This record gives sequence, structure tokens and C-alpha cells, in this order.
Amino acid sequence: MAQSLAKEFTKGLWAEIPPFRLVLGLCPVLAVTKTVENGIGMGVATTFVLVFANLLISLLRNVIPSKVRIACYIVIIATFVTIVELVMQAYTYELFLKLGIFIPLIVVNCIVLGRAEAFASKNGPALSVADGLGIGIGFTLSLAALGAVREILGAGTITIWGGNPVFEMGPAFHPFAFMVEAPGAFVALGLMLAIMNLIGSK
Amino acid sequence: MREMISMVVVLTVLTAVSGGLLAAVKSGTQDKIEAQIFKFALAPAMNQIFGEVENDPGKEKFEIEHDGAKYQFYPAKLADGSKAVAFETKGKGGYGGDVGLMVGINIGNDQIVAARVTTHSETPGLGARAKDDPEFVNQFTDKPLDTNLSLKNENGSIDAISGATITSKAVTLAAIQAQDLYKKLKPEILKNIQ
Repeated sequence: MAQSLAKEFTKGLWAEIPPFRLVLGLCPVLAVTKTVENGIGMGVATTFVLVFANLLISLLRNVIPSKVRIACYIVIIATFVTIVELVMQAYTYELFLKLGIFIPLIVVNCIVLGRAEAFASKNGPALSVADGLGIGIGFTLSLAALGAVREILGAGTITIWGGNPVFEMGPAFHPFAFMVEAPGAFVALGLMLAIMNLIGSK
Repeated sequence: MREMISMVVVLTVLTAVSGGLLAAVKSGTQDKIEAQIFKFALAPAMNQIFGEVENDPGKEKFEIEHDGAKYQFYPAKLADGSKAVAFETKGKGGYGGDVGLMVGINIGNDQIVAARVTTHSETPGLGARAKDDPEFVNQFTDKPLDTNLSLKNENGSIDAISGATITSKAVTLAAIQAQDLYKKLKPEILKNIQ
């Protein structure tokens, strides 16, 4: 049991890391990774939704009739997304402002529905939570990594939660402003996918 | 038939529980959210506009309805003894939606004390400079009410932020709206301050 728990947890961190291996959930990946901070915030919000939606769907998997299962999943997912939205507004207002529309859009993130349909509806609660947590953390790490690449190249610094930058390229470095724009997201994601495939193919 | 009933029952129960849960979370976080908006967007803007004040504008705020919209007015007693009022308007047509602008107006001489961008979703490093770098909004400081606050390319008096003309335009629209609103509502504002 402990072994399979660990297996479900770790597969989300590398073998099935969502944006790079499954190439799922690209909308938030491209849109919110202007900075590391936004990436982490989005990742944590998605992880919360993934874990609780997986847990609840797994507990209710024998009660939910299969014909209306997708509707039930969406109700459960949307409930947790709205809770995240309200809580973020109440406690991390600045981050909420930066993520904006992409928080409510977690409802239609195919990772969340995908895990519900492909995993939580067929496995027990403990395994489902491990799966949600693993995929969620993998997603967070991916967003943070992509955010780091874009923020360093696009702004020359990394700033997390206000205050002074935790990393600076120095005055000799001229940032490419386009990296924090939409085209930069595609370029950075494409390069990271290529690197991941290069490592994976060996 | 049995399957039909179970589908209806499960979905109904699920949505009802979900609705109840959300209502509880919403009412639990409501005050906190309003406080957050005031703390992170409005209060810092007001602080920069007025500097030291002798009263607490957040506590003395009042509301005036105009054209179906409600506006919150924050009265302030400035350090030099003059009275001023601050309120927020939304400039349409920013790059990422409306741009909120808090404008402080001195009631004695009808001049803009200062203006600050409050809420926006403009591009970091470009349009977001309207908020981060006060040089742009400082152009509104001490402008009398009859000044044309359009951008210079529209025969106005305001220099746009280079690389962020659309954002600059949205901010000037908010400022012009603030001028109009103040002109129209001044009698009511005066009534509320006394």
C-alpha cells in the first residue's frame, strides 16, 4: 500500500508531469507564467482543487451514476475552485489580482477533470489524494520553472512576494521584454518541452 | 426508472450541498475581502495622494449614487488645513480591462491634489508602469478642473507612457470622468462633508 501510494505520488513529479509530459492544461501554463510568483500561486491553487476534488470524487465514486458523472465532477470541481477564489481574495489579494480570470478557469483545466475521470473515479481515497498531490506539485514546479525562465530573460530579476529581488542579472543584462508577453510563453514552453524530450529520450 | 431517480437525486443533493457550502464561505470571507480591497488598493493610493491627513478617510467615507452607479467618497483634512475628497473612477479600454484611478480633489481651490492607479490588469513592465512608476500620474497633480486631461496626441496636456499608449489613454479617460463627476456632484459632496 505504502509503495503504491509513493508510486502514484511520484509519477506526477516526473513521468507524468502535466504540462511537459502530458502536455495538458496549457492555457494557465502559457498565461500566468510571467513571473515565478504567479506560477507558484496558480500551481498551489490548482493543487488544492486537485487534491480535494480527487478525494471527494473517489469517496462518491460508487454513489455517482455513470451517466451524469461528468456533471457531478464539474459541480465538485467548480465548488472547490470558487472556495479557492474567495479565500485568495480574502487572504492573498495581491496574488488574486495578478492571476485574475485564470483562477475561475481552473474549472475547465483538463488536468483536474482528467485526474477525476482517469484516476479518482476508479481508485480509493488514499491513492486519489496521493495522485492529486503528486500531479499538483508537478504542475506547480513546472509553472515555477517556466516562470523563472521567462522572468529572468524578460525582466532580468526574480521577485517573490514583494520586497527586494531574490535574483538579479546585473546592469549589463538587457531584458528581452517579449519574454513576458504571450509569444515569449510559447517560445519558452517549446524550448522546455524540447529539453525534457532530450533528457527523456536518453 | 430507478437509475433515473438516482441520477436526479444525486445531482440535486450534490448541487444543494455545494451551494450551501459556497454561501457559507462567501459570507465568511465577505468582510475580509472588502477590507483587503481597501487595504491593498484604495488606502495606499489615498496615502500617496494626500500624504499626512488629520482624519481617517476610511471611516468617514460616504456614498453618492449617480447615473445608476455608486461612488464611494473619502473626505480628507490635509496637513495645511484645506479639505479634500478622494474617489475612484474606472477608465475603459485598458489593455487588460478597466483601469481604476483614485483621484483626490482639493475642495477649496478645485484642483486635483494627485491621482494614483488602484486596480488594473495591464502588462507587467509596460502598462503596469502606470501604477508602479508615479511619474505618469504625477502629471495630474495641481491641475485645475477645466484642464484638458487627454493625451497630447489628442490635443490634451498629458504625455503618454512610451510603449503603453492604450493604458495611458484608459487612465486619462478615468481622470476626465473624475473631473466630470466632481463638477456634477460637488453640491452633494459639500453637503456630506459638513
